Amino acid sequence: MDSAEHSRSNATVGKAAKSRRWAPGRAARNSVVLYAAVGLGSMAGGVTRALVSIASLELLGPAFPWGTLAANLAGSFLIGLYAALTEPGGRIFAGSAQRQFVMAGFCGGFTTFSLFSLETFQLILEDRWPTAVFYVAASLLAWFAAVWLGHVWGWRINRLRGKDI
Amino acid sequence: MAVGTELLLGLIWIAVGSALGGMARFFVSGLVGRRIGETFPWGTMAVNVSGAFAIGAAAAAATGGVVLHEPGAWGLAATGFLGCYTTVSSFSLQTLALARDGDWLLASLNVTLSLVLGLCAVALGFAAIAAMIHGA
Repeated sequence: MDSAEHSRSNATVGKAAKSRRWAPGRAARNSVVLYAAVGLGSMAGGVTRALVSIASLELLGPAFPWGTLAANLAGSFLIGLYAALTEPGGRIFAGSAQRQFVMAGFCGGFTTFSLFSLETFQLILEDRWPTAVFYVAASLLAWFAAVWLGHVWGWRINRLRGKDI
Repeated sequence: MAVGTELLLGLIWIAVGSALGGMARFFVSGLVGRRIGETFPWGTMAVNVSGAFAIGAAAAAATGGVVLHEPGAWGLAATGFLGCYTTVSSFSLQTLALARDGDWLLASLNVTLSLVLGLCAVALGFAAIAAMIHGA
């Protein structure tokens, strides 16, 4: 049901993108709703990441980008968990706007590849090669372990018997 | 300005950049995905590599004191917009999906290509703007 609903809305968004004329119909409204969902989610995610980074600077100092590492880990876990829970047959029924709010919006904005790349580059510029290598290796391990654990946990919840959440 | 007001103002700049950056990612990754196809996550790679290039350029401009060296401007453009324009969560999920499908070659290609191109892009962006500043 979820995937059918999803592909239908994707098809309408695709049609809206292809049509040259402005035809304010259902497709355009769907598209506006999706962009609003992504924008709001990303706003919340980006601000949360900034707060995590400020907290990490205050608590752990500027020597290592713990804040970005923590945000990327937590965001990867959350997207793995949520994707599993809202898959067809999952415990949570979510429409495409809710899915995009959480996944493309919040998780997308909470995590960041550009700041990760910049921080690695700055470590290299400071000639701190071992720290740079550690940052990349720890990040890759954290991202993939987190998304995998989130997904596994989500499927375990899906298989639990009982009332719908 | 009081510390609290300064922090709040900084967060407002970041919030504005974040909303715009997320929507720009949604647009660009969707466009690339529709044009090239969704079997390999080219859309996510396109935003991540272009965002890495842009943040390298932004960092060089900020270091040179040309633009973006003020905290509000950096928050809007870098922490907010470029931070949210790129993503690790979709990258992780798409790599996991490739691995779960047994496409280990494509999964490792996605990881290697994203890392190498991302780091090259940030260095290129930085070098390009640094050269312009020092050449001028």
